[in-house]
Amino acid sequence: MLEDGLTSLSDADLADARSCPDGAWSNNAPIGGVSAPIRRPTKTVMPSNPVASRSITRFIARMNGSDHSPDAALNDAIHAVADCMDRSAFKVLFDHYGPRIKAYLKRSGASNDQAEDLTQEVMVSVWRRAKQFDAGKASLTTWIFTIARNKRIDSLRREHGIHVELSEALHLEEASGLENNGEINQLSRQVAEAVKDLPAEQRDLLKIFYFEEKTHSEIADAIGIPLGTVKSRLRLALGKLRTALGAGQE
Amino acid sequence: MTAEITTDDLLAGYAAGRLAEPVALIVATHLSLNRVQARRFAAYEALGGVLFEGIEPEPVSPDSWERLAYRLDGEPIEKKSSAVASELPCPLSDYVKAPLSRLRWSSYGAIAEVALDVPSNQFRTKLIKVKAGRSVPRHTHDGQELTLVLEGGFSDGRGHYCKGDLVIADRQVDHSPTADDECDCLCLAVTNAPLRLTGAFTRLLNPFINL
Repeated sequence: MLEDGLTSLSDADLADARSCPDGAWSNNAPIGGVSAPIRRPTKTVMPSNPVASRSITRFIARMNGSDHSPDAALNDAIHAVADCMDRSAFKVLFDHYGPRIKAYLKRSGASNDQAEDLTQEVMVSVWRRAKQFDAGKASLTTWIFTIARNKRIDSLRREHGIHVELSEALHLEEASGLENNGEINQLSRQVAEAVKDLPAEQRDLLKIFYFEEKTHSEIADAIGIPLGTVKSRLRLALGKLRTALGAGQE
Repeated sequence: MTAEITTDDLLAGYAAGRLAEPVALIVATHLSLNRVQARRFAAYEALGGVLFEGIEPEPVSPDSWERLAYRLDGEPIEKKSSAVASELPCPLSDYVKAPLSRLRWSSYGAIAEVALDVPSNQFRTKLIKVKAGRSVPRHTHDGQELTLVLEGGFSDGRGHYCKGDLVIADRQVDHSPTADDECDCLCLAVTNAPLRLTGAFTRLLNPFINL
């Protein structure tokens, strides 16, 4: 079924017809009445609670090298931020994710300055929403990618006169239906394996699909292959991924 | 020949941030109602994370951390968000400004509908209510129609759909959905072109009603 879908799927079917070259969400509609729920700032959390000090201890232990897993260190860092506004933990997150966020934003068409500014916005969101990160719903990397993606969409919307933040109104960070941390880790590992096994040309196409603002025909022009090949390659890549995850038989 | 867009196309497009707002809204609401699809979606979302982790990092400017640290002063950590009780599932509930009974429904026989204001220059978004046991006039589509069942259920000859099911119809589908007998059926619908009525009599009504 995926095969059939992607052979005919054009971005125009799903994204609005665009008036500017770089916006999947480009939209000439008048500013809509969508209002985002306003989240009230909450009181500062004092680091005196036991959960907080536990996470600091855990964090310091990781930093001292008692556990060398970088994922575990990053996960502890987000909890230290959530529990006690720990800035040194946040610096660890920034050092790892900041350059990736910037790379993603530039790839999606932002200038260097825009990418710098938006990276800051993404990281401020990570700070503010640290308590909402749920390791049982998504990996930290996926969660941060989602925030970066939403910020990019919001900035495109601002360029088109829509000043409501979609990330607040629509893009939940917790859409995933997974049950627990173990499942999340397993899924991430399986997906990473499946991506590694793809031919380079299919992997590259997935990156374009996820990172860039191009329509399918713009992708075809950019890499000099026919539109049909773009679609069939995407179809193949996503199909392989689903087969690798055991979901391909549906 | 036009093949149909599949649910997987929608899930991948949503994970990649490529969907127009009305389409993203219906997909997000579908995911909040349907755990099976939400689990399926997790793979597309994880794929975004995996690709993001592998991206070639781009050095940030030397004063970047300093600027960020400065901004953190006065930035609180928000409380864990708690779900607010609503007649409608999240995130659709954020788009509907009044209780359902106080919306300005337009009625056509057994059908009542109300347009929602979701910014788009191509898609229209509405809530549609069909009385228990009654049918929507036979119609086909010039473009795509996405329908998400919010309450009750309906059948259209291709299948039976209940709460949380997302139905994709395009120009190949000529159908006359009928609501289940037990209760009224409430749906969220996103269309990218007007429907064409195809029943013998209703065809005459085509230019006048905007179903």
